[in-house]
Amino acid sequence: MFEAILLTVITASTPLVLAALGELVTERSGVLNLGVEGMMIMGAACAFVAAQLTGSPYIGILAGILGGGIFSLLFGFLTLTLVANQVATGLALTILGLGLSGQIGEAFVGQPGIKLQPIVFPFLSDIPFFGRVLFRQDLIFYVSIALVVGINWFLFRSRTGLKLRAIGDSHASAHALGINVIRTRYLAVMFGGACAGLAGAQLSLVYTPQWVENMSAGRGWIALALVVFASWRPWRVLAGGYLFGAVGIGQLHAQIVAQNLGIVIPSQFLSALPYAATIVVLIIISHNRRTTLINTPASLGKPFVPDR
Amino acid sequence: MRIELQKRARVSTLFSVLSPLLALALTLLFGAIMFWLLGKNPVSALYSFFVEPLLEVWSLHELAIKAAPLILIAVGLSVCYRSNNWNIGAEGQFTIGAITGSILPVMYPAWHSPLILPLMLILGMIGGALYAGIPALLKTRFNTNEILTSLMLVYIAQLYLDWLVRGPWRDPQGYNFPQTKGFQIEAVLPEILSSGRAHWAFIFAIAAAVALWFMMRFMLKGFEVSVLGQSERAGRFAGFSARRMVWFSMLLSGALAGLAGISEVSGSIGHVQPVISPGYGFTAIIVAFLGRLNPLGIIASGLVLALTYLGGEAAQLSIGISDKVSRVFQGLLLFFVLSCDTLIHYRIRLIFAGAKTAEVKA
Repeated sequence: MFEAILLTVITASTPLVLAALGELVTERSGVLNLGVEGMMIMGAACAFVAAQLTGSPYIGILAGILGGGIFSLLFGFLTLTLVANQVATGLALTILGLGLSGQIGEAFVGQPGIKLQPIVFPFLSDIPFFGRVLFRQDLIFYVSIALVVGINWFLFRSRTGLKLRAIGDSHASAHALGINVIRTRYLAVMFGGACAGLAGAQLSLVYTPQWVENMSAGRGWIALALVVFASWRPWRVLAGGYLFGAVGIGQLHAQIVAQNLGIVIPSQFLSALPYAATIVVLIIISHNRRTTLINTPASLGKPFVPDR
Repeated sequence: MRIELQKRARVSTLFSVLSPLLALALTLLFGAIMFWLLGKNPVSALYSFFVEPLLEVWSLHELAIKAAPLILIAVGLSVCYRSNNWNIGAEGQFTIGAITGSILPVMYPAWHSPLILPLMLILGMIGGALYAGIPALLKTRFNTNEILTSLMLVYIAQLYLDWLVRGPWRDPQGYNFPQTKGFQIEAVLPEILSSGRAHWAFIFAIAAAVALWFMMRFMLKGFEVSVLGQSERAGRFAGFSARRMVWFSMLLSGALAGLAGISEVSGSIGHVQPVISPGYGFTAIIVAFLGRLNPLGIIASGLVLALTYLGGEAAQLSIGISDKVSRVFQGLLLFFVLSCDTLIHYRIRLIFAGAKTAEVKA
């Protein structure tokens, strides 16, 4: 029972972790992309359609990554090249993504999807409990864990990561040092888009292998909250992602348990839990102005026009 | 080739006027390409999307019905955005306004008094304002990001409405349909003209737009909004309080969204049901930006966006294009508006590989 619940928590948490990791890198470079929800749903649509057309979920994954990454370029062009308002452009990306994905997926509504099969590690997967939980997962789960480790190393142990953080904290100083601010930010935005796209691919290939309009259901926004919750640190994104995933799965089980006990809790109240939890978590994290100020990349959301 | 921006010495008035029009033209052009890719004749598709709805009296009424909530919500949002408060949860405030406003007709269906309608509208505004007060309180008291909290509250409001109309508010004689009893005639917002369905919400929308235009243009409060939005520090020197501005702008936009919600339920639907809005609260964000955050501009842009809703329905019937196309149009439009707005503050230069500089626009 516990093992089964844990497995569903992992499946529910992986897209949150992935999308939040991508956004973390984007925000560390000083760009606030509120379009995560839009990039995620585009990734989900592209992945599902590509998998249906080719019959291979791996091509689906690739299409999801590309879909999210290319879609994020639109945001990059507007906010980095044309210095449009980042908040408004992010909202535009979400609105356009929800519309466009509906259009792309329309012909595929109701078709049974192709589920991404787990990769079973020999020997390791035979370990009781841990083996079954950790070594019989699909590729996207392994990638999400690798990304946590990789991004943590990149940001805090590599030279390029240091430059990225410098840009996020003071783009003017970084520019004066000869770092190419705009190019780095383009790459960071695209990385964020690719991660959100991969998160979307997980939704339509693993979590619920089918196409449903608006199937991201606010997960992109929860991922944004997760970055704040994690105070822009990869390991905390992992912890937070699993916490949020557990709340989401917990409410499903609570419905069943309450039903068995004969207690009537309206399902809508439990469905609202993840959103309410997000608000509560944001309050807890942000109420101390000083720590928020220390953790937030100082140039976050500020436009940059290089003076020549 | 690369693109370089050059700051203009002063804001270009020409492009302030031209930029929304340019954005519209670009959206139509891209729309034509999209229809062509879908294998439809672009000219006839655009015609049925954007012209046909304007040719008949009943559809003009529908246009006013759809434009009213968009304008009401967007003028409130424009004050928020100008003061740098990012309320994106208008959809939730719309929903809660619809719920609190409907308390009277749902609870007292036998109350036939002319008082009921004004009370409903006031309750709707209070509900919307209180719901927008939550992110305002969290922002001022706990320093919480209002973008995320106001958005999360949208989902919660929609689930609450869903529970109400499937549970305690469901009409017992309604054949198990998840909706309330129809409102009594005194609780229904009257029509403006006898020629069609358009009701008083449109008048409220125009009145709100004109009032807020007056405030932004001629009153100290309007000046306070712009100063605090552009520089909180400068505002502090002038003795303006950013904290109070959060409350003012959020409560104002929440009240207007709530008014839009109860007007929609009372005027257009006539009862409460699980889904009461085709995303008005989100589309209003586009309306606000297309109107360049100017209340009078928002009247025009509200009508344009209302047309995309109608055009979507019309195109679905006449040429068999999915109504999701209108969502794509709305998204594209916002993109083009934001990029064209760059021209107001910057000159755009294209720099080619050589040292040659070519000036492209003005």
